[in-house]
Amino acid sequence: MTEHIAAVAGLDADSAEWPEALAGTGPRREEALARLHGLLLRIARGEVARRGPRLQLSGPELDDLAYQAAADALIAIISKLRQFRGESRFTTWAYKFVIFEVSAKIGRHFWRHPSVRLDAEGWERLPDRFGFDPAQEAEWRDLLAALRRAVDEELTPRQRRVFVAIVLNNVPLDALVIEMSSNRNAIYKTLFDARRKLWAALAANGYIANDGWRRS
Amino acid sequence: MNGWSALDRFLRTDPRDVGCGEAMEMLHIYAELAAAGAPVEERYPGVAAHLRACGPCSEDFEGLLAAVRGQAH
Repeated sequence: MTEHIAAVAGLDADSAEWPEALAGTGPRREEALARLHGLLLRIARGEVARRGPRLQLSGPELDDLAYQAAADALIAIISKLRQFRGESRFTTWAYKFVIFEVSAKIGRHFWRHPSVRLDAEGWERLPDRFGFDPAQEAEWRDLLAALRRAVDEELTPRQRRVFVAIVLNNVPLDALVIEMSSNRNAIYKTLFDARRKLWAALAANGYIANDGWRRS
Repeated sequence: MNGWSALDRFLRTDPRDVGCGEAMEMLHIYAELAAAGAPVEERYPGVAAHLRACGPCSEDFEGLLAAVRGQAH
């Protein structure tokens, strides 16, 4: 570990000290673990407070989530200590783990009180999802009908499932990750490919011109 | 934002988008540079494109940026 850290050029003293202390033994390691846990908990609390207003979580639940995120982030950091390459300050690298843990735990929490059913398809909510004005329905009715046809005809079953969950049912992507036993990258890629297909289908059917949307 | 621009923003994909995996891998570097005022969008256009399109990664970036800025005070 020391050799690895020494090999990292330009590392500030604090960032060099952290991995050495955490990879060591005895009281120095214990003190570093306690100090890092304290920092992670502070960041986790700040992050749940930042996101709190948009979540259906109360004060004690938020604090519990912050505690769990800090504890799990500490475990992840220790197990990945060798992956720290000094490309940022050590604390910035470490804070990334606790931010990810907060996201993952919020995603899991969604299913404790789910406000949607995954098998429901709320196509009637589609105009509202994108903010189309009901008073101008004549302008967008054909477009959204074409979009629905493209979802049905162009997307794979998995792409369609992800589109329906995220767009129609407003399921957070991190919550869908849990439900589909997947990961954020895979779900995002599935949706990315679906978006590209839908754009191409609408363009092929004349709804999109070079200068933008062709309205009815 | 009206329905047309929201749908446009949702459907239009950026070929430079690196995806969640690479963006998450780079996030600590990107956030620290952004906090320092570096031109991160020019240096890492693929990550920037991803953060514009991916809500969860953008949320993580904002959280990490807030953490880094808070640490500096």
